[in-house]
Amino acid sequence: MKPGRFGAYGGRYVPETLMAALEELEHAYAEAKEDAAFQAELASLLKDFAGRPTPLYFAKRLTESLGGAKIYLKREDLLHTGAHKINNALGQGLLAKRMGKRRIIAETGAGQHGVASATVCALLGLECIVYMGEEDMRRQELNVLRMRLLGAEVRGVSSGSKTLKDAVNEALRDWVTNVRDTYYILGSALGPHPYPTMVRDFNRVIGIEAREQILEKEGRLPTAIIACVGGGSNAIGAFYQFLLDREVRLIGVEAGGRGKALGDHAARFEGGVPGVLQGTYSYVLQDENGQVSLTHSVSAGLDYATVGPEHACLHDCGRAEYVSADDAHVLEAVVKLARTEGILPALESAHAIAECMRIAPGMASHDILVVNLSGRGDKDMGILARELNIQGAQGI
Amino acid sequence: MAIQFQQHPGLVVYLTAGDAGLSNHRPGSAGGADLSLTREIALAAIDAGADVIELGVPFSDPLADGPVIQRASERALARGTRLKDVLGLAAELRAARPKAGLVIFSYLNPILRFGLAKFADAAAQAGVDGVLLTDMIVEEAAEYIAEMERVNLAPIFLAAPTSPDERLQAIAAHSKGFIYAISRTGITGKQKTLAADAAALVERIRRWSKLPVAVGFGISNADQVAEVAKFADAAVIGSAIVELIERTTLDHGEEQAPGAVARFIKGLHQPHSVQAL
Ligand SMILES: Cc1ncc(COP(=O)(O)O)c(C=O)c1O
Repeated sequence: MKPGRFGAYGGRYVPETLMAALEELEHAYAEAKEDAAFQAELASLLKDFAGRPTPLYFAKRLTESLGGAKIYLKREDLLHTGAHKINNALGQGLLAKRMGKRRIIAETGAGQHGVASATVCALLGLECIVYMGEEDMRRQELNVLRMRLLGAEVRGVSSGSKTLKDAVNEALRDWVTNVRDTYYILGSALGPHPYPTMVRDFNRVIGIEAREQILEKEGRLPTAIIACVGGGSNAIGAFYQFLLDREVRLIGVEAGGRGKALGDHAARFEGGVPGVLQGTYSYVLQDENGQVSLTHSVSAGLDYATVGPEHACLHDCGRAEYVSADDAHVLEAVVKLARTEGILPALESAHAIAECMRIAPGMASHDILVVNLSGRGDKDMGILARELNIQGAQGI
Repeated sequence: MAIQFQQHPGLVVYLTAGDAGLSNHRPGSAGGADLSLTREIALAAIDAGADVIELGVPFSDPLADGPVIQRASERALARGTRLKDVLGLAAELRAARPKAGLVIFSYLNPILRFGLAKFADAAAQAGVDGVLLTDMIVEEAAEYIAEMERVNLAPIFLAAPTSPDERLQAIAAHSKGFIYAISRTGITGKQKTLAADAAALVERIRRWSKLPVAVGFGISNADQVAEVAKFADAAVIGSAIVELIERTTLDHGEEQAPGAVARFIKGLHQPHSVQAL
C-alpha cells in the first residue's frame, strides 16, 4: 500500500501550494518518530502535564443497571483540558517546535481541540490562531473563553454551516497563504497524508493502555471496544492496538442527529458515499451533484460531513462496525452515566455510551465492553441545560 | 481546437458558471439552472480579447478560493447550477465561438460524483479543450490523466512558488495546453502588487517545459498584465472579473454586466489608462 493510503482511501487532494509543506511535515514526522529524545519528551509531557496513563474504570453501577455485559470506561475525560485531543496536540506541538515553526493554526468543532492546541502553544511559547465556526462558537462558548484566556486568537468562520467543516476550510486557506512559516495542528485523523497516520499514532496510546489494563484486570481481551467517531481520532486511537485481535469487535458510533434525511445527521457510513473533501478520499455526506451536505448533531465535535480515511477502510473490509446514535438517545446517555456513575460525559462521548446502553443488556455477563470516554461534559453544560429542559424527560 | 494565445500576453478569464452576480432576476427553473448571463458574459469576454475562458464549476467547499469566488459559488449553487449545466454551457460557447479556448475549472468531488470517465466523454463532446482541478496534484492523477488522454483533453496542473524543482518537472511532464503558475502562496483574490514570486517561478517552469505559462491569482489590472507580459505568456483574471460582475449587477442591473466585462478586458491591454467600470 502507498503511504497515506488505507485501501482505496486517504491520499492527498490539496492545492499544489501545500504540497511542499506536506512533504516537509511527512519527513519531519518520520524523523521525530524515530528520535528517542522526541519520544521521551512527548512521553514525559503526556505523563506529567496531561495526566497519563488514564484509568480503565469498571462502571459497576452502570453495569448492574443495564444488566448483561461488564462495562469499563477508558477515562480520557480525566486528561488535562478534558479530552483525548491533548494527546495529539502535544505531539504536533512538539513537532512544530522541532520544525522551527512559531505560528500555529488549528481548527475546532466542539472547542476541545482548540483548547488543547491553545494549551500546548502556551506551554511551548508558540503563537496560536484557532478557526471555529460561528455556530460552534455559540454552542461551545465556554471553550471560546478558555482559548482566549490561554492566549489564543479565536477567529469565527461565518461561511457554510458555520461548523467544523467550514473551520477546516478556513484553516486550510490560512495555511495556503502562510505556508512558509505556519504549522497547522489538524485536530483529527483526517485531511491529507500524513495527518491521518500521524494523528492516529499520537492517539494510539489510548488503545495501548486499554489493552494492558484490561488484560491486567480481567486476564483477557474485551468483547468489544466502543468509541464515538467525529473525524475519528479517539476511535482509531482506541481501536488500533486491537486491530489484529480479530475476536475483539470494534464499534464506532456516529452522530445520528435528529433524523435520517440528508442534512439532519452526520452518519457518513449510513448516508455518505466515497468522495474527496478537505484533502482526503473517504466517505462524504453529499448530494447527487457532489456538493457537500450540511450536517446536524447535538454534539459539535461529531457534526462533520466526512470521516477519517482509515475508518473508511476498516468499514469496507468489515474489521470495524459503524452505527449511529441519535440526539435523543445521546441526551439520555448523558443523564444515565451522570446518575449511575457520577460522571458527566461530553456529548460526543455520550454517543458511545448510548450504543453501550443499547447492546450491553443483550450480552452475557462474561462479555466485556470497553467504552472510550473521550471527554468530559463541562463544556456542554449550556446545551444540556437547554436540551434537557426542553425535553422535559429528566428535567434538571 | 487547441488552446492558443493570439496576443501577448494572452488573457485567460475565469467565470463562476451560473453566477448572476447580486441580481436575483433569473432564479433557476425546475428544468435546471439558468446560465444565460454567464453565456453572454463569456461571449462578450471572448469578443473583447479573452483567449481562454475558464468555466468554474461551483462547489460547496472551495478551499482554494477567496471570499469573492466563494460568494459567487454560493450564489451559483443557490440557483441550482450543476456540472451538467456547466458542460451544456460549454457546448453552447463552443458552437458560438469555435476558436476560443475552453477550460473546465473545478474541485475534484463534483467530477468524481459525476463519474470520471463519463465526465471526460461529456467534456470532450461539449468541445472543451482542457480541465483544471484545483485539488488534484500530479501524484494522485494517474487515472485522471489516462481519462483525459483517452478523449484528447488537456490536463492543466497548477505550479506554486513553493513547488520544488522535482515537482515542477512532474507538473511539466503531465500538463498539456498551458501551465498555470500561481503568482504567490495564497488563495484567489485581488492583489495590489504582483508578488515577486511569480517571475522566479515562471523562469523555473521554463526549464522543464515548452508549454505556454499563464500566471494567475491576484491579477486585477492592466499594469499587472503588462508586468506579467515581461516574463510569461498569459495572465489569468478571476476574482477581479467576478467582483466586477457582482458590483455591476448590483448598481446597474445584470444586462450591463457583459458590456462592463468587455470594457474591462479591452482595458487590460492598455497599461496606465483609467479603466471604466
Ligand atoms: C470529547 C470529544 N470526543 C470526540 C470528539 C470527536 O473527534 P474524534 O472523532 O476525532 O475523536 C471530539 C471533538 O471535538 C471531542 O471533543
